[in-house]
Amino acid sequence: MISEFIIQNAPALLIAVPLLGAFLSPLIGRISRDVRALWVLAIITLTTLLGLLVAYLVYTGGTLIYVFGAAAPTLSIPMDSGGIPIRIILTLDALSALMVIMTVTVGFSVILYSLSSDSRRSGLEAYYTLFLLLIASVLGMFTTGDLFNFFVFLEISSLAAAGLVAYKVEKGKAVEAGLKFLMVSAIGGVFFLLATGILYGQYNALNIAMLASMIQWTPLDKLALVLIIVALAAKCGSVPMHYWTPDAYSMAPAAVTAMLVVVSQASLYGLFRFCFTLYGLTLTYAVIGWTLITLGVLSMVVGVTMAIPQKDIKRLMAYHSISQTGYMLLGVGVGLAVLGDQALLSSYGFTAIEGGIFHIFNNALYKGLLFLTAGAVILRIGTSDMNRMGGLGHNMKWTMILFIIGALAIAGIPPFNGFASKFLIYESVFAFNPILSIIAMVVSILTLASFVKVFHSVFMGPRLPEYADVKEAPASLLIGMAILSGLVIITGLFPEFFVQHLIAPAAHALADQSGYLAAVLGGA
Amino acid sequence: MLMRMSKIVRFSADLLYAGILIFGFYVIMHGHLTPGGGFQGGAVIATAVALIIVAYSYEDLLAMVSKLRFIVQESAGLVLFLGIALVAVGFGTTVFANYLANSGSLFGMVVPFGSNPGELNTGGVMPLMNIAVGLEVWGALALVVLYMLSGIREKEA
Amino acid sequence: MFLNLPFIVVVLLALIGIATILLKRNLIKIFLGLTILTSSVNLFLVTLGYREGGIAPIYTLSPAGVMVLPTPHALTLTNIVIGVATTALMLSFAVIIYRRYGTVNVDEIRELRE
Repeated sequence: MISEFIIQNAPALLIAVPLLGAFLSPLIGRISRDVRALWVLAIITLTTLLGLLVAYLVYTGGTLIYVFGAAAPTLSIPMDSGGIPIRIILTLDALSALMVIMTVTVGFSVILYSLSSDSRRSGLEAYYTLFLLLIASVLGMFTTGDLFNFFVFLEISSLAAAGLVAYKVEKGKAVEAGLKFLMVSAIGGVFFLLATGILYGQYNALNIAMLASMIQWTPLDKLALVLIIVALAAKCGSVPMHYWTPDAYSMAPAAVTAMLVVVSQASLYGLFRFCFTLYGLTLTYAVIGWTLITLGVLSMVVGVTMAIPQKDIKRLMAYHSISQTGYMLLGVGVGLAVLGDQALLSSYGFTAIEGGIFHIFNNALYKGLLFLTAGAVILRIGTSDMNRMGGLGHNMKWTMILFIIGALAIAGIPPFNGFASKFLIYESVFAFNPILSIIAMVVSILTLASFVKVFHSVFMGPRLPEYADVKEAPASLLIGMAILSGLVIITGLFPEFFVQHLIAPAAHALADQSGYLAAVLGGA
Repeated sequence: MLMRMSKIVRFSADLLYAGILIFGFYVIMHGHLTPGGGFQGGAVIATAVALIIVAYSYEDLLAMVSKLRFIVQESAGLVLFLGIALVAVGFGTTVFANYLANSGSLFGMVVPFGSNPGELNTGGVMPLMNIAVGLEVWGALALVVLYMLSGIREKEA
Repeated sequence: MFLNLPFIVVVLLALIGIATILLKRNLIKIFLGLTILTSSVNLFLVTLGYREGGIAPIYTLSPAGVMVLPTPHALTLTNIVIGVATTALMLSFAVIIYRRYGTVNVDEIRELRE
């Protein structure tokens, strides 16, 4: 009975549980710190379980829809509505499910990490409220099937993330970073709403599937797509609008930075979702595909070249995450550029989309891991300047090993997951345009060089006198990082299994516009 | 240093306070019949809190109510909203379903078709959610004003 | 022409907002620019919901006539609420920045630009 309720309402509970946790944590936090920690842990565990349940349901039973306020969860078109889905509908296809898995695993590890690393700060009641709100909003962005609903979750994520970035005030620097992030997000949000308004004014619908079934390629639709791409590319930190990324990533607490990676990928998900599912074949896919590819290549090159001279460890990693975002844009962009050509699509287009999506998943894992190791180092020695680090490998062996795993994964070295997804991207992009593939490989080599430098200057060398009695990171930090590194290794060792069972369905769901429409609008 | 306004201003603020409160509650309660609702009514009531701060002082307000009360009010409003939405699952419908509408119980009168003089006892869960949102916005906007003021004061100290 | 007037105002307001954000150096004025930009989108949404001869979708003591769909108004209200939250957060940031840096001029707020 109870389990039936949970299964039936799992998509709504997935968002409602972290929201409830967020709203109650200021009150529960008044009892004591330990009770609050337990509460947050319980909420995130429940959310993780629900997320995995939802993903299981989607992967076994196909696209899942959930209609708010209807008599039954799948009643997307009420009898008396004249064939229009008037309610807010959550739509979860395989891609959403994959992203939900990513969010809950990273969220769970990050909260575990954060419970110990940030336990002695002040203002924690707001911290966990914002953190759970952030997780809820990201899950909302991944699961919603409504354009305006997406906008609302986008704004919630911007506000929560900006508050978290500015959480350590630190002589105003963190606030400056938060302000930059909020400014970019707010302008992006306004543009997105303008695009929503343009589409609504023409087609009288906000549901993505309903809009997709009617959309043309009028000049207004082109304007709307441009606004959407600008807004979401700015929020995911792609190159022309990337300047907020290093500031926000470097000033936020480590746990928040790891979550910010997922947040920026939620915007990326939105970008892909709207290009493929909302516009689909109506857009001139070659032009838009090449736009994404250009953004991707620029992000890759600019990100990695800016990363090399950085002295601040988190700033360096932030530039690397810009460059990794480039790979995803490149992979999915190539898929979009050949969307209309079935032969090319099946020869390398799907592989490119799979590579891009797999890279989103992998990047969240290893990038989160790297930011967490950087946070552990900073927690123990109190500085993020790499020139003042050195010899930490003697005292922080486990952190060092976890860092190596993350660094090798981001550089695309074989037994780790970065290689698996990058290989898919190289292979398919080479068939599309060899030059792009070569650029991607060069960027990968530069990434490796950059991380060898970081490894050397942080962990290698003689034991420095000022860090002689530095202790290993606390156990709860290590557990959080170990979960992520375990997943990095597992996805790296068995890439075929993951690609076949998780990634390929997601890639096909993304490219299959009619399947998405049929799930929401019925057999039409 | 306490920065109070003159006696006349404080007395007028006292008078206005009741009026603003009643108007705010009116907007909240009629949210399902007229333009307005929880957010608007809550914002109106929060201006009453701001009025008290202007007429008296920040310290005077904190002596009257604590920040904790607003925090509790904000959380309670949000939890009430989410709770009302989630209870719908128990009725075999989905989250946010209006299970009280036309049920004959609380806010459950059948809405007359077409133009009508406005029956307050309709709308199902919507008036309840308006009340929840009203409480939340009242608490939240008051907190925003209070925290910003405390931020500015730190500078002077 | 008359029916298109609101859209022209929307574009003008949006341009004023963007110009303010780009050209002004004072943080508070930049926030004002953002608010103007948000208002232009709100006006756009409200204009989308306008139908000639339509009446407001309120049944209480309503006159006879065709009602407009309230969805655009709901969207506008949601955006206003989000705008309030954004403005409040931004102003709080400005307070902290003014306290730590002693200025709200964006050219002087550059601790992070290395």
